[in-house]
Amino acid sequence: MNAPAAEVVPAQTPLRGGLAVKTRLMILVVVLSNVTGNLFLSFGMKQGGMAGGSLLDCVLAVFRPWVLAGIVMLTLWMLSRMTLLSWADLSYVLPVTSIGYALSAMAGKLFLGEHISLLRWGAILLIVLGTSLVSATHPDGASAHAMESNR
Amino acid sequence: MKWLLVGLIVFSTVLADLLQSREMKAHGEVSDFRPQGIARLLANLACRWRLITAIGFMALSFFSFMALLSRADLSFAVPATAAGLVLETLMARFYLKEKVSRKRWIGAGLVACGVALLTL
Repeated sequence: MNAPAAEVVPAQTPLRGGLAVKTRLMILVVVLSNVTGNLFLSFGMKQGGMAGGSLLDCVLAVFRPWVLAGIVMLTLWMLSRMTLLSWADLSYVLPVTSIGYALSAMAGKLFLGEHISLLRWGAILLIVLGTSLVSATHPDGASAHAMESNR
Repeated sequence: MKWLLVGLIVFSTVLADLLQSREMKAHGEVSDFRPQGIARLLANLACRWRLITAIGFMALSFFSFMALLSRADLSFAVPATAAGLVLETLMARFYLKEKVSRKRWIGAGLVACGVALLTL
């Protein structure tokens, strides 16, 4: 019996009903490191207060523990996002990882006591809708298009 | 001053993202996540000057973001800097020549509207 010819499946071909695990996992790392990074940073910057608020004061603020923790998370964010961009379109990565904006607003409410109005809840809903719409597309638009025309 | 910082953040973020996306595509898909693979990746990336420029723009955007955070709420700062989302999708379409489907345009538009609404 002949063995079937090895099927060439690009790593990022989405399985039926879902994205490749690698893409999902990387999106999760990008979003979580972004939200926690921003949260730590905001907390650290507010804690000490900023006398002048000049660019130099900001550079010196790097040595505060919470600011440092924020920078570590944002470095992880930058590296994981660059990794994701090595196979996914920018026009896919941007809206999909934007769910972080909604999560940041909620983190601001939960941990920093910022107020979320009804309008802001509506905004968060719009972001969630937009994100889920884009995540339903193929991360690599050009190759998805090529696969469809080959069918 | 607040809006000047927002402008600076958007400008440097758009440039950084475009350069990063182009350079990472040129590098090829990252698939080795073992420590030595990541070390090799970092060594490779350090030799790409456009990527280093991109990181420079990210740093500029980052320090202006910190300056903005010191005088505005997180829930103002984060959404205000997202103004570049539609601009970046446009640049991805025309500069990076990505295939942006209708679903993606609508999605990016919805996210941008939501983000704009967050600032109110």
